[in-house]
Amino acid sequence: MTTVVARPDERTQPPVRPTRGGAKDRWARRAPLLPALIFALVITQIPFLYTLYLSTLSWNALRPGDKPFVGLDNYVTVLTDTRLRSALVNTVLLTAGAVIFSMILGLLLALLLDRKFLGRSVVRTLLITPFLVMPIAAALLWKHAIFNPAYGLINGIFGGSTDWISSYPKGAVIATLVWQWTPFMMLILLAGLQSQSHEVVEAARVDGANAWQIFRRMTLPHLRQYLELGALLGSIYLVNTFDAIFSITQGGPGTATTNLPYEIYLTTFRKFEYGEASAAGVIVVILTIIVATFALRVISGLFKMEEHR
Amino acid sequence: MKRLWGVVAWIAGLVFVFPVIWMVLTSFKQEQDAASNPPSWFFTPTLDQYAQVFDRNITPFLLNSLMASVFSTLLVVALATPAAYALSLRPVAKWTDTLFFFISTKMMPAVAALLPLYLLVKHLGMLDNIWTMVVLYTSMNLPLAVWMMRSFLLEVPREVLEAGEVDGAGLLTSIRRIILPIVSPGLAATALICFIFAWNEFFLAVNLTATNAGTAPIFLVGFISSEGLFLARLCAAATLVSLPVLVAGWLAQNKLVRGLSMGAVK
Repeated sequence: MTTVVARPDERTQPPVRPTRGGAKDRWARRAPLLPALIFALVITQIPFLYTLYLSTLSWNALRPGDKPFVGLDNYVTVLTDTRLRSALVNTVLLTAGAVIFSMILGLLLALLLDRKFLGRSVVRTLLITPFLVMPIAAALLWKHAIFNPAYGLINGIFGGSTDWISSYPKGAVIATLVWQWTPFMMLILLAGLQSQSHEVVEAARVDGANAWQIFRRMTLPHLRQYLELGALLGSIYLVNTFDAIFSITQGGPGTATTNLPYEIYLTTFRKFEYGEASAAGVIVVILTIIVATFALRVISGLFKMEEHR
Repeated sequence: MKRLWGVVAWIAGLVFVFPVIWMVLTSFKQEQDAASNPPSWFFTPTLDQYAQVFDRNITPFLLNSLMASVFSTLLVVALATPAAYALSLRPVAKWTDTLFFFISTKMMPAVAALLPLYLLVKHLGMLDNIWTMVVLYTSMNLPLAVWMMRSFLLEVPREVLEAGEVDGAGLLTSIRRIILPIVSPGLAATALICFIFAWNEFFLAVNLTATNAGTAPIFLVGFISSEGLFLARLCAAATLVSLPVLVAGWLAQNKLVRGLSMGAVK
């Protein structure tokens, strides 16, 4: 990890003048950084330390009296509780579903937009628009105007009286997320396509390679890092999906769409199990760190690539 | 052949934007037109739903969102720009570690911080207070802004900076005359993207605000269980609250991908 992270600075490291000023110069360099650093440390680390502490207490806010220290009991409760496990499974399914489908659609759209045609920039503007609609507004729009069995657009246009949300709760949530996140994937992949060298592609074409061969052998390998970056950034954002669950399904029917953020929200503000909610929060952080480690590796890989270009 | 792909792209674009167009169309309908099956395409447009939304007092929610987004964006830019400078043009010793610390705070799920934040904010008597949201949105957008600003600052040609120094330009002069003109489009894009994220934020707002500091997304919560009885009114409200971000996003669209990827993709 450290080696991957450290590599880009060998190249970007500016030709720093030998440290003449010693301590004084070092502090002059640090000064502009400190306000942001201290702010981030205080606002993000104190709540986390507090979560760690809360996770060791047996504390239900509805139950008056003391909050005894129970060590790791909350973790045992949370990890053996099937609710959290099913929330974890739902999180993975919803995140993976949304990321994979938006990635495929995003790739197709990026390939279309990489061509020259009349009004290309207008089409791009149209395509990014779903991403800009406020997420909860988008979720409610899909819930009421599109999925509604009585007068939603789908049944209105294609007929039938399917209640899309209760019949396919996960599908309904994923469809909404895919609609919002495809533009994000498209933008990243389009940037990747446009960074591909045209001369090399042209040379391959002259040598008799057909379109599919060029895509398969040249474009796709070139796009790999962009695909990875899109998948990881998308996962980081989508793992936290709350708006869509909260407004479209409320986690239901049953617990069919209860993901980790929604489950922890319920534990905190519906069941008032503060200790257990904190333990679940810590577990989510640990899982995030695992995913984020991969994400950082991809991002620093991409930086390396930019340097070498 | 070439023309065919253009047509396909246009169709794809229209399909994707269609729900938004439908939302805007529905917002100009009467409720009975909005709830008709099959969908009504021709109707007499009306502004009734917008009037209704304003009657139900959406204005304070919009103002709260405006305040939270604008002030947090200003604060983010003020904190992130010097920090990005200290991580790019005149770097501190451990600048990679610092950069990755910032991005790691972005990866922390907000849900893990919800309860401690709620308890701390409650303890400080700052629940349902717009300044709480300003501070939280600042910390939410700070990593993004630091990474993004850094990628713009790295575009300042070092030779020009050094030439300026040789000519005796002080730090303030080189910031004003060399750095700012080059990075100001980037600065604007960073600010727009931070504004978008702050304006759209829902999770913290729904849990930490109520009647006083409720932001625009909170106004929409009332429509969750309306079962579409007020579909046209919902669409009017949704159009209204989405409008600022649509404008900001269209303005920033050339730099959007750079911001969303934290400056990793140009």
